[in-house]
Amino acid sequence: MSAPAVLFYAFAVLAVVSALGMVLNLRNAVAAAMSLVVTMVSLGGIFLLLEAHLVAVIQIMVYAGAIVVLFLFVVMLLNLRSDEFAPGRQWLTKGAALLLVVAAGAHLVRIVSADLPEPGPPPAGFGGYAQLGVSLFTDYVLLVEMASLLLLAAIVGAVILAKRKID
Amino acid sequence: MVPISHVIGLSALLFSIGVAGVATRRNLIVVLMSIELMLNAVNLAFVGFNRMWAGVDPTHRFDGQVFVLIVIAVAAAEVAVGLGIVISMFRNRDSVNLEDVSLLKW
Repeated sequence: MSAPAVLFYAFAVLAVVSALGMVLNLRNAVAAAMSLVVTMVSLGGIFLLLEAHLVAVIQIMVYAGAIVVLFLFVVMLLNLRSDEFAPGRQWLTKGAALLLVVAAGAHLVRIVSADLPEPGPPPAGFGGYAQLGVSLFTDYVLLVEMASLLLLAAIVGAVILAKRKID
Repeated sequence: MVPISHVIGLSALLFSIGVAGVATRRNLIVVLMSIELMLNAVNLAFVGFNRMWAGVDPTHRFDGQVFVLIVIAVAAAEVAVGLGIVISMFRNRDSVNLEDVSLLKW
């Protein structure tokens, strides 16, 4: 087995274990956020292995650097503790989760055994910032403008939602 | 390199873990984190398929990665607004449990 393959499976196991750690951690929301960081960073490593270099860097900067910090900020600001399952409906949620996991496992077996075309060597400059930037500002310029509008709306919305009412 | 089907399989696994988190957890912040996990699983599928088709069709070599960048922007916006809602809900109800906001439930 080649080195990238070994790294891929190591990152994959790390991502799945930390994702499970996030979902199953009933005691501590801060630890759940830390598990999310591990998932994001290992996904960034997998992006690197798939030769999407710019996307890997942005993944780590935005997710591990900004989004999870925002989560941690809110958890610590509100001083949150554990959460419980709703009383009396525990069997329902657990049954639903079990059903989901079984269905997902069945799908997984089908997907992994499907034969997709083998990825050849990538073209020159694949995944770098130069060609991706050109692509963003020529073919997808409308998408970039829409994203900027969305971010502006999100800034205004978050400020309005979270501010105290001043009379 | 590994076959792309394994990448897609990992993406499906992470997505179903995220769905299970949204379905079973009652802490609004952890539900938001599970949504982030689902978005990330989709990003992984985008990058994997993009790597698979790279070089086959030279006019659309970066579609998947462009979509990933836009999804990350949308995820950041969604988290900002979602956590704003969490804070205002905590102010009004003194709780972030989803069972406490059932005003619209029949």
